[in-house]
Amino acid sequence: MSVLLDTPASAPNLSRTPSLKTWVWPLIVLVVAFGLVPAFGTSYLFEGILLPFLALSLAGVGLNLLTGYAGQVSLGSAAFMAVGAFACFNFNLRVDGLPLFGSIILAGLTAAAVGLVFGLPSLRLRGFYLAVSTLAAQFFVQWALTKFSWFSNESASGVIDAPALTLFGFTFEGAVGRYYFALTIVTLLTFLAYRLVVSEVGRNFIAVRDNETAARIIGIPVLRTKLFAFAISSFIIGVAGVLWAFAYLRTVEPAGFNLDRSFQILFLIIIGGLATIRGAFYGAALIVVFPLILSRLGALVFGDLFDSGVLDMAQRIVLGALIILFLILEPDGLAALFARIREKIRGGFLRS
Amino acid sequence: MTLALERIGPEERGSASRDKDVDAAAGRVALELSGVTLSFGGVQALQDIDLVVERGEIRAIIGPNGAGKSSLINIISGVYRADRGRVSINGQRFGRVPTERLARLGIARTFQNLALFKGLSVLDNVKTGLAYRHRASVLEQVIGVGRARREQEEARARSQAILDFLHLTDVGERLAGTLPYGLQKRVELARALVAEPDILLLDEPMAGMTATEKNELADFVRSARDRFGTTVVLIEHDIGVVMGLSDHVAVLDYGRKIADGTPGKVANDPKVIDAYLGVAPENEDGEGI
Repeated sequence: MSVLLDTPASAPNLSRTPSLKTWVWPLIVLVVAFGLVPAFGTSYLFEGILLPFLALSLAGVGLNLLTGYAGQVSLGSAAFMAVGAFACFNFNLRVDGLPLFGSIILAGLTAAAVGLVFGLPSLRLRGFYLAVSTLAAQFFVQWALTKFSWFSNESASGVIDAPALTLFGFTFEGAVGRYYFALTIVTLLTFLAYRLVVSEVGRNFIAVRDNETAARIIGIPVLRTKLFAFAISSFIIGVAGVLWAFAYLRTVEPAGFNLDRSFQILFLIIIGGLATIRGAFYGAALIVVFPLILSRLGALVFGDLFDSGVLDMAQRIVLGALIILFLILEPDGLAALFARIREKIRGGFLRS
Repeated sequence: MTLALERIGPEERGSASRDKDVDAAAGRVALELSGVTLSFGGVQALQDIDLVVERGEIRAIIGPNGAGKSSLINIISGVYRADRGRVSINGQRFGRVPTERLARLGIARTFQNLALFKGLSVLDNVKTGLAYRHRASVLEQVIGVGRARREQEEARARSQAILDFLHLTDVGERLAGTLPYGLQKRVELARALVAEPDILLLDEPMAGMTATEKNELADFVRSARDRFGTTVVLIEHDIGVVMGLSDHVAVLDYGRKIADGTPGKVANDPKVIDAYLGVAPENEDGEGI
């Protein structure tokens, strides 16, 4: 409730034509990300922080379309990431002359198709029941990828190396190269997602989420809207899977796309802010950076006592506590929190 | 505002089911129920209801709690399926009204309990009322060209005009969920009216409103009918407002229609007085009315 009372009650500006001001901050972020960060970043920053951050952010953007905007809870995100990663690997391996860019698009489309199939229960189920049925995607995909070694090109361990990252004749090498590769794709797809949520489809997503019966009676095509949400969300999550495997880990293996990953993506959009695009980035930043801070802090306070086992436990406990805190105190997530802080600061300036 | 409404006139509605010849065949009757029966388990909610609503009239359906008023509206809008009987809309007969085609058939409705999209602004809520007629593909929408752009500009102009009409312009950018109750009810009316429906179903539009708000809303309903020629079917508890507003009143009691006619005639019908207006001593304060 505090959110409703404290913030000016105007809606996010979906309908007006975007003014120059709307684009100032995204542009600054892009200039910094493309221009400044590579100039000063260390390879650890790219390998350990920025690459997983970008892949998880993109997955968060994808899930937010489905869960935040269209209101369909999914616990199968990691499965769709896995489908994307393995599809990209196989298209790249088996189709001669197909550029990597084509493989990525096809991988996204494959993930979208799988998402569509596992989205079918959403036509009859909601909430918890739907969440449980998306678990089927999670278990089925992981099982299929492990069971049929064709997917990993008959590799004995099931682990495969990612190919070189070449887009339009340019090969992205090293940590910085892979960072550029991921950043470009994340920028493109985030822009696409933004355009989608400000369009009529985005409006229909929210209408279906807020009141399905009313939406149906008004004439919004509810079934089509839900299935489209599953498809586009899975497309984006699938491409995020490609980035996770190809740009970040450099290996493709089913084990990395387990249920924990699905939960992680769900948590990050809850913490970041449901039904916001930027929330996915805030949430991903927190989820990636937070374990690092915790391990430094733990080592500082407890010294040698704070080994990797303790760290793992501490991470889970603190993260769980954080989620509960967010659900109670700031259900609209970091995005709403930051917006409020900005409003306070601006108010302070105006008064003085 | 008038300009905007005239510019995008009703001739653009163009869906096959609403062609002129169909309208002509239907003649003066907009909505007709014949022998509609509905029961939930052993409870008879509606029994053999016949109802004829003429084009352009404001028709009230009144009755004590549990008389079956809401069930009736839910059957007309396809939320429930009648056990027996038929509903005909503009001359088309249905056993079950297809909910997803309701808007295309020219019917819009509001809900007894608010059914706004809380996460959308007032303007965007109203725009959703036009979504059913939009044809632009997702790709066109994302790029924002051609058909998508035209549709959105038209939706914006129409929605803005309706907001002006219902004096909601000032709150257009507010999130619907943050408005006071009376205004939310009015936004729902705007969302239903934006498509300029042939038939408007209002399920207790004045419930929980102050006397001033009720009169205001009654004025809006009347001027909507006058402006768009909309047929209005209105369910209401508040007899005072209904008698002043409607052309005809049907009275339901225990799932049966016990009276149907002009407000004056109905108010003097002994059966109605017995069932409804003839207030039992314990009911004098209006409980259950």
